[in-house]
This record gives sequence, structure tokens and C-alpha cells, in this order.
Amino acid sequence: MAAPVSDDDCLVDIQNLSFARGRNVIFNGVDVRIPRGSVTAIMGPSGTGKTTLLRLIGGQLRPDAGSVAVDGQVVHKMRHRQLYALRRRMGLLFQSGALFTHLNVFENVAFPLREHTDLPEMLIRDLVLMKLQAVGLRGARDLMPGELSGGMARRVALARAIALDPDIIMYDEPFAGQDPISMGALVTLIRTLNDALGLTSVIVSHDVAETARIADLVYVVSQGKVVESGTPEELMASESEWVRQFMHGLPDGPVPFHYPADSLDDDLLGKAP
Amino acid sequence: MTDFLARIGRSTLGSLSRLGRASLFLWHALAGLPSLVLRPGLVLAQIYSIGVLSLIIIVVSGTFVGAVLALQGYNTLVNFGAQDSLGVLVALSLLRELGPVVTALLFAGRAGSALTAEIGLMKTTEQLSSMEMMAVDPMRRVIAPRLLAGFISMPLLAAIFSFLGIMGAYFVGVGALGLDDGPFWGQMQASVDFRDDVMNGVIKSLVFGFVASWIAVYEGYDAEPTSEGVSRATTRTVVHTSLAVLGLDFVLTALMFG
Repeated sequence: MAAPVSDDDCLVDIQNLSFARGRNVIFNGVDVRIPRGSVTAIMGPSGTGKTTLLRLIGGQLRPDAGSVAVDGQVVHKMRHRQLYALRRRMGLLFQSGALFTHLNVFENVAFPLREHTDLPEMLIRDLVLMKLQAVGLRGARDLMPGELSGGMARRVALARAIALDPDIIMYDEPFAGQDPISMGALVTLIRTLNDALGLTSVIVSHDVAETARIADLVYVVSQGKVVESGTPEELMASESEWVRQFMHGLPDGPVPFHYPADSLDDDLLGKAP
Repeated sequence: MTDFLARIGRSTLGSLSRLGRASLFLWHALAGLPSLVLRPGLVLAQIYSIGVLSLIIIVVSGTFVGAVLALQGYNTLVNFGAQDSLGVLVALSLLRELGPVVTALLFAGRAGSALTAEIGLMKTTEQLSSMEMMAVDPMRRVIAPRLLAGFISMPLLAAIFSFLGIMGAYFVGVGALGLDDGPFWGQMQASVDFRDDVMNGVIKSLVFGFVASWIAVYEGYDAEPTSEGVSRATTRTVVHTSLAVLGLDFVLTALMFG
């Protein structure tokens, strides 16, 4: 396990979190502490609720039990105005990009600046171009979201997420669909942004190699629990068969590939209920 | 029998739950209206999208409805030698009933469905979620301007519909059927009361505008975030708005003219 994080160093503190969608229990007593200034990765197989965790941190979902605190403030107990003030200090990169389809790339990145600041147009232009330059898409400023590939859309969304220079930025599967060149640049960019701007970054991903390259701390989540946490090196050398299978991408191990089902023979012969 | 009762109970609870959610939604949307004073551009853009882009269907429908009213009315009135009352017949029909009602039904099909689909797709593609995470309240930024724009646009569209309907009737009655234009306008002027007829029609169109816009934005916001969900929400908008408009029209007519 990782060294304990002191209260002062902890930006996001999740304690005994439980959350269910109907009868489907997503989290059952999860504890996660995200240190200030770090790159923390939340990893785990598909369907383990990694994205849900980001939405809980952002206050878009309410936990059934336990608490989610950001910078000492319990998110789900905040009033509407307080929550929106907190969100101005957060950036969330959605898996789909979630760009506004009626605005071009430039206007998408300018959107939070126009909504939250009274900056002159020239300054907004310069800021947007700098953010787009950081993600390598300054030349694509006039394109509409429909003209972008999935990977490009996510990079534009990243530029938009950092437009207001947030304290904490959350990435939902940032590496999915990136070509190798963009992937390398993005991995470096996330680390560089984190260190240069003094951010705290939370990455949700199951791209083990890329995430392990830049993460300071990794939480492995499965079946509603934190299975193990630590530095990438510690997890790579974990004695847990489960963690080893996940971190090394081994086909055989305790994690089943198939969703639970009756035997294939019974199903094909029509004997399954 | 028990199953049947259980189904009715579930359906009733579901409807009440939807009504409750829609009322809360409206409350939050109305709370977002004052902030629009500082950003009239948001409302103007929606008035263009909802109102101006609906003009073609309103212009064409209004003209033809008036023309058909004149043809049908003339054929009946001429049997009683009362063809000079054609202008009154058309004006009262349009101002009191057809203007507000048909405009609201066309609004549901043209603008209401577009509003629902737009907001539903914004939800499906996480645009509303991303707006929330950028600390921009979608109720204020997306919903409130559309609600207000629909409320403002409907009476204007209904007025255009009624005006063009009367002009359509004029061209058919006076232009094609050979009526004298003096009695056509004179009787209309003498019989149409500004408060009882024109203003009551305006009140109806304001009520229809409010209800139609509320249903459209709520259905979009409440849509299941899938392509089927958006499709169902769009259908519900047209069906619910049409039924609500026809039902409210009866109630308002009974209160105003009953």
C-alpha cells in the first residue's frame, strides 16, 4: 500500500464511499485519497465505475453512503452556488470529448473563458491559441467538431478543460483512440501540465503502460472495492495475483474475461433458463 | 385482475412522478430567467431559431387556411345572402381559434420537436454534463433562453398566421369570388372587438407558447440519453403539446366566451 497522505496534502478525500445504480452496486466502502500536486490514476477493468467516481468527485452524482471531499469541502453537501464555485476550479475531460457541436474548435475552447471572465477578445484569442498549441491543434481552430477524429476531439476537450487553469483536472480515458504519436505527446503533456501549472491530476484509464509512465499513485478498483494502491512500481511487483494479471495484461488469472453466464453447451442446446 | 390494477397503479405513479419532475424543472428554469436580462443575445438567437425559422410554415399555412375558410364560408353564406359577412367570419375564426391553435400545433411539429431533439442530443453526447462541469448551469444557459424565446415567439407567429389568413381570405373572397371589399373590411371592423376577440386570442397564444415550450424543453432534458430515447421524447413532445393545446383551448374558450 502507498504511504498515508496527510490531511493537508490531500486534495480529494473519498471515505467509505458506497454507490449503487438500482440493484447494481458500483462502490461498496471505497477509500481514495488523492494527494495535492500528484498524478493519480484510477485503474480497473471496464465497468468497475471509474467514470462514476469522477462524476462523484465533480458532484454530478450523490453517494448513497460515505463522503467525497474536495479541498476539505464535502461535495454532496454543498449548495448549488458553492458547488458551481468549486467546479470552476475543476476540469473534466470527458471520454467522448463532449464538445459543443454548434461551435467550432476555437469557440469550444473559448466557451469557459467567455462564460466566466470579462477578458477582452484579443486576450481570449491569445489564451485559446496557447491552449490549442499545447494540444497540437492550433491549426484546427476553424474546424467543426464533426470534422475531427475521436482522438482530436479529446485533445480539443483537453484544451477546453485547462482553459481556466483549474486546480484539479480529471481525465476520463484520455488515451483511448489516440494514434501512437498523439499518445506519446499526450502522456508527456499530462505530466508537464501537472508539474508546470501545479495541478492535481486524476486519470481514469485501463491503458496500463501509458498511465504507469506518468502516475505517482495508482488505485486499482474492482467489484466495488479498492483492490490495491501504490506507486506503479509497487503494483507491478504486487503479490496479488489479481493485480498482477491486470497490470501485466495476462489472459489467464482470477479476473474472468466472460461476463457471468450459463455454460455455452447448455445455452446452445437450449437448456439454459 | 391484480396485475391489471398494479399496472394502472404503476402508470398513475409514473405519470405523477413525471408531472412532479416537470414542475421542479420549470421552477429551476424560471429561476434562470432573471439572469437573461444581462444576456439578451442568448434569447435573440433562440427567437431566430424558434420563431424566424418557423416563419415559412406559418406563412404558407396561414395563407391557405384563410383562403380555404373563405371558399367554404362563401359557399355557405351565399345561400343566405350573407356573403358580405365573410370578412367577419374569417377574422373571428382566425383571431379567436384557428390562429392560436393551429400556430401552436405547427409550433409543436416544427420548433418543439427541434428543441426536444437538440436538448436530448446535447444530453446524449454529454454536452450538458460538460457544461455543468465547466460551472455553467445548463438551466440558465440552455433551457431558460429557449423557454423564454418560445413564449415570446408564439404570439408573434399567431399574429402573423391570423393576418395572413385574413389576407388569404381577402384575395379569395374579394379577388376571386368578386365580393365587394367595402363590406368585407367594414363588417370586420364593426364586429371584431379588440379586447374580446384580439386580446383573448393573444392570451391563448401566450398560454400555448408557455405550455408548448415547457413541454419541448422538459422532454429534451428528461430524455433517456440514447437515440431511441431522443426519438421517443421528440414524439412525446408533439403528442403531448397537441393534446395540451386542444384541451387548454377548450378550457380557455369556456372561460373567455362561455
